[in-house]
Amino acid sequence: MERISILRMGRILIVTIQVDMHDQIAMALQDDLTARIVETGARGVLIDISSLEVVDSFIGRILGNIATMSRVLDAQTVVVGMQPAVAITLVELGMSLPGIRTALNLEKGMALLQASIEADEAAIEVSDAILEE
Amino acid sequence: MLSTRIHDILKNHTSELQSEWLAAMANSGARRDALMKEGELREQCAEFLRLLSQATQQGGTTDINSSLFTPVRELLERLSRSRSLQGFTPTETATFIFSFKLPLFSALRREWSREPQVLADELWSATLLLDRLGLFTTEVHQKTREEVIHRQQQEMMELSTPVVQLWDRIVALPLIGTLDSGRTQTVMETLLQRIVETSAEIAILDITGVPTVDTLTAQHLIKTVTATRLMGAECVISGIRPQIAQTIVHLGVDLSGVVTKSSLAGAFSWALKRLNQSVNTSPGLARTATASKG
Repeated sequence: MERISILRMGRILIVTIQVDMHDQIAMALQDDLTARIVETGARGVLIDISSLEVVDSFIGRILGNIATMSRVLDAQTVVVGMQPAVAITLVELGMSLPGIRTALNLEKGMALLQASIEADEAAIEVSDAILEE
Repeated sequence: MLSTRIHDILKNHTSELQSEWLAAMANSGARRDALMKEGELREQCAEFLRLLSQATQQGGTTDINSSLFTPVRELLERLSRSRSLQGFTPTETATFIFSFKLPLFSALRREWSREPQVLADELWSATLLLDRLGLFTTEVHQKTREEVIHRQQQEMMELSTPVVQLWDRIVALPLIGTLDSGRTQTVMETLLQRIVETSAEIAILDITGVPTVDTLTAQHLIKTVTATRLMGAECVISGIRPQIAQTIVHLGVDLSGVVTKSSLAGAFSWALKRLNQSVNTSPGLARTATASKG
């Protein structure tokens, strides 16, 4: 069966969806991605859907699920490159995907992820310092 | 056979029919010499007679939708389409066909005056045929008009949603007029499209020119904001007038997840701050604005 490849770049996992998302592929992606987050200890997940032209409510839900699962596994998710038509469809379906962060393209998404991972770590350092005092 | 008689008349008396027809058209006032040259009309008449004669050569005269009549229909379609665009009225367009009744009927009468039975039958089938063709021209005329109106509507819709780039990564869409669902759809589509094209991070939706906001409009606005967010940009709604603010609160529309500003200027300065940009105006260079990336 077709699978979507997951690339690792430092602490970030990159997924680019370039095939039509069948339900099965989406389920497989969900499995693979959660496994890879645990395996690599990734802190961020970047999903590029710029070549995705059609979505249904199921795919929308899967995206939401992936974001929630990643958060539970201590990784942040950013979805990038959503096409206007896809955004309109999701909104018309009543799915505003409140848990998902978005960016216009891969570059901006990467910057967003890097910044928020760094902010996270800085916060941890600060709290460590407070504890030490 | 009924049809062949009309066909015979069409075939044998072509030139008489044509000149009588032109005369009849001149009498009925359907000729608009300012809009159409006489030579052109003569050619059209000749072609119509030729094609009609071909069509009636074999088979019935009643079914103008049959394949035999395809060339005739095509000619009439072309005719009424161009007339519609030239500004002829539907009556004038249809009179092209209806004024042919007189010459055809007199030709039939000349030929069959000794056999009233046959004459009556022939007249009836000729009337049916010409009525149908006439109605067909009216229909095409109407359809052409509708196409024009539709196109104009489309153009107005596109003209009324100008997405302007205010700054690097900031676009604005000033909305003017009433927002119905069709228009909001276009608004949403153009805005999102422009966000992709300009890779803008902030979109300002200015509704200063929108007189009233009802629940449906508010809902559409919220949808647009959500869609923008899904694409990875932020959307601010600005230009909310006092009455509209009151209406929104009275209607119980929840705008808590949406950034709103009272003026476009407010939204713009919010956007600049958000992008860590600033505009410096010094006394000597009052008109020069410079941006510095923070």
